Amino acid sequence: MEKAKKRKRKTFTRRDFLKGFGGGALSATVAPRLLAQDIDSLRTKKGNIPLYSKKQISLTVNEKKFSLVVEPRETLLHVLRERLNLTGTKMTCARGECGACTVLLDGNPVYSCLYLAVRADGKKITTVEGLETKEKLHPVQQAFIEKDGYQCGFCTPGFIISSVAFLNKNKNPNLEETKNALSGNLCRCGNYSKIYEAVTAASKNMRRS
Amino acid sequence: MAKKAYFSDTEDANLLYYEEFRDKKTEEPEVVPSPEKDKFEIIGKSTPRIDGKKIVTGRAPYTHDVKLRGMLYGKILRSPHACAEVISMDLSPAQSLPGVKAAIQLKKGRAKYAGEQVAAVAAVDERTAEQALKLIKVEYKSLPFAVTEEKAMKEGAPQVHDRPNVQPLYDKYTRGDIEKGFKEADLVLEHTYKTAVEIHHPAETHGSVAKWEGERLTVWDSTQAIFNVRDGLARVLKIPASRIKVIKQYMGGGFGSKLGVNDYTVAAAMLAKRANKPVKIILSRKENSLCVGNRPSSMQTIKGGVKKDGTLTALYLKNYTSGGIGTGDYCAEPIIDVYKCPNVKVEEYSVFTNTGASRPTRAPGHVQGTFALEGFLEELANKINLDPLELRKKNYSTKNVGDTEIPYSSKGLDKCYQIGADKIGWKRRNKEPGEGKGKVRRGLGMASQIWWGVGRAGTLADIKLHPDGSVEAICGTQDIGCGTRTYMATVTAETLGLKAKDITVKIGSTEYPWCGSSGGSTTTPSVAPAIRDAALKAADYLKKMAAEKLEIKADDISIGDRKFSNKNNPAQSIGYKKLLDELRKERRLRREKVFHGEYIGRPSGFAYNTFGAHFAEVEVDTETGQVKVLKVVGVHEIGRLINKITAESQIIGGITQGVSTALFEERVMDDTTGNVTNPNLRDYKIATSLDNPEIIPLIVDMVDPRINILGAKGVGEPPRIPPAGAIGNAVYNAIGVHVREIPMTPDKILRALKRKEVG
Repeated sequence: MEKAKKRKRKTFTRRDFLKGFGGGALSATVAPRLLAQDIDSLRTKKGNIPLYSKKQISLTVNEKKFSLVVEPRETLLHVLRERLNLTGTKMTCARGECGACTVLLDGNPVYSCLYLAVRADGKKITTVEGLETKEKLHPVQQAFIEKDGYQCGFCTPGFIISSVAFLNKNKNPNLEETKNALSGNLCRCGNYSKIYEAVTAASKNMRRS
Repeated sequence: MAKKAYFSDTEDANLLYYEEFRDKKTEEPEVVPSPEKDKFEIIGKSTPRIDGKKIVTGRAPYTHDVKLRGMLYGKILRSPHACAEVISMDLSPAQSLPGVKAAIQLKKGRAKYAGEQVAAVAAVDERTAEQALKLIKVEYKSLPFAVTEEKAMKEGAPQVHDRPNVQPLYDKYTRGDIEKGFKEADLVLEHTYKTAVEIHHPAETHGSVAKWEGERLTVWDSTQAIFNVRDGLARVLKIPASRIKVIKQYMGGGFGSKLGVNDYTVAAAMLAKRANKPVKIILSRKENSLCVGNRPSSMQTIKGGVKKDGTLTALYLKNYTSGGIGTGDYCAEPIIDVYKCPNVKVEEYSVFTNTGASRPTRAPGHVQGTFALEGFLEELANKINLDPLELRKKNYSTKNVGDTEIPYSSKGLDKCYQIGADKIGWKRRNKEPGEGKGKVRRGLGMASQIWWGVGRAGTLADIKLHPDGSVEAICGTQDIGCGTRTYMATVTAETLGLKAKDITVKIGSTEYPWCGSSGGSTTTPSVAPAIRDAALKAADYLKKMAAEKLEIKADDISIGDRKFSNKNNPAQSIGYKKLLDELRKERRLRREKVFHGEYIGRPSGFAYNTFGAHFAEVEVDTETGQVKVLKVVGVHEIGRLINKITAESQIIGGITQGVSTALFEERVMDDTTGNVTNPNLRDYKIATSLDNPEIIPLIVDMVDPRINILGAKGVGEPPRIPPAGAIGNAVYNAIGVHVREIPMTPDKILRALKRKEVG
């Protein structure tokens, strides 16, 4: 077991990242207020396991307001999927490598697996479930269906969100711009060509309307 | 079927796959179908997926999304050692952690690779489960190991199993006289080709949810084979298959790594039983790199002879392939079957290492074998100053030369050559490889492909006609991203004269009629004919009824556009809805009526295969060693096309993955710790949006005259096979030296250029 633990430390896990995040980027400002107070612990035979105090946050997700209590370690992805049951946003790598968990945060695309829920306090979030308006699909969603811009569909919500964010900024993109804009999302089925076709078709439709 | 259903972290999935797909015998149908004359309205055109809305709105339920009342989260403890004896285990500290509901030991004795499961826990949430894993005390005795083929093949290397690490793979193959073939040749070459271990890395990591209700077990599983999972669970848990239900509605990719029941699924079921609550186990990306399969590496030495006119006289393959603790890939099929070389000899050896067991990976063996064979042919052709495409045409075969000597039922490879060469502008290639000038050089290359991709006899499907006129198409198959639901709807709609959106499709549950795994490119040629068979029976019934109404013969009824018309007098017709209304009112169709369909197999006396050819254009930076794939034209002969848009997607996806294989993908082992050094998507490189070439998917207009009632073959694996070979040959054409190793990373390109300079 001793060896097992040592090995684990060598690799860089999501947990390590979060620890690093808490101890590094956040330490100067947020940590003393957020993490240091009310440290509770859980007594076990092995020793005490610290439990950090929870924090109340409010989020506007797909135009609905939510007020919930989260642990500082919880990611936005976890809150969306596990607490709000918005399972359209997917987890495939949990370390910001694939983009399947992309959501819009105040209109900008972010990897929700790397974004702590406490940081999203007071922010406006749009997930793939929130793109439809009055039963009408977003032009990007419609184009993904028409052009077959998917295969297994698992990375699709992330691609759609990234595309929406991109087309909001660039109304008439060329192929190179589209490729660059979507380079933060991985499609393992490899259907990129059809995804570009979908984005191009969507941009045409969005310009027309 | 059931006896082949189970594989696990330590069992030989690859071996089972070959047993299934190399079995060329098929049940003989009584009636030979003749689908060539059929003219279709919807089949063969592009129908967007009928479940597209669910996918783009995030409402399609994947296994990752399953959440049940009181559900626990399971986690697996894995051995950190490449080889170790589990001496003792103490689960009690984990069990006493608040929130932990069950803990089980899964391993006694030797754990043979880093990542093999040793214990599992179920807790109220993921974090508690992770903490519990850390509390489990395991005493290991670490043992010497070999994680690389080089080390495992050395004399005195630590033995992975209780037999030598190098084992013959299947039977040796010989035809003709290889020595005679070498003597007859004007030129004999010998080269060695290497391919790396690849990881499937489907977007949705592997996972299962298990729930017991008394003696009944329900499992939601991210799988390509619900019935395999059911039968495997029945065997391992020793309960009747009738008490197990397996559900898979949507799955985020599998590529061959999800064809059986997994160890973690069994663990979930055991934990759920013990905790008396549902248990969900979702593997991490890292676990996906370790223990749920990989594509075996290969080290293929080909010695071959050719006459000046391009006639092949001899091909000899010696291959060392490693699938970790599992079996390597049988890479010889292309060399045996694609070209009509009279003298062929094959020797293949599997090399065991202390790494995760291999599993079938989209076109197992063919990807590696094709890269080597097609690269070798390219070098032969250039040495005798022959257009590489001409060399392939020169050795074209119309019958299964490798095995049975029987003719192919349909083979459109010649058409693929013609269409592809035109499309890419084959004449533009460098006549002399590497003749271009400047820092960045362009080149063209091509490769051929063979695969099976025929259906599984015994596949069942139902069409259910409701008195209100609604129609269900039902089959216990699964959609693994190929659009199964959609073509089930189009085939039904075509046959009944309806529209695809009129059909409700039900798949993905073992409560539906039996269908085999979605592997081996078998789904379409199994499911589509079974559905067509059932729908034809439903159509016959409806025709008979319509004929009575119209007072004509049933044979004179034509179906289409939601109505039944008199062939001889199209003005005379009755609408589908009206007919059903009347039947209901007359109390002739009072309850739902089910029509059973089956894919009954194909006649013997013919070989059934899919064919294709890819043409690639690349750009190589001779200073940095960077390869950029500019364009790939993929032409395939897959019998009758069922749905154009989704078939194109399969070809595009196969090519993208092929680019990835050619340039990026490689699992890297650390020889000192015995671990995978790149168990994530950052260090394990896969093709991204920026690496994507222009891809032109093309399908030859052909119908197989007897394979099934639609004349359709599969398309899943074929496009995955030739890209690496075509790209390798294009690189050769660009820089004038063949890089005989994939992935063709910049260092390998630069080394090859160095080799050229030295001469």
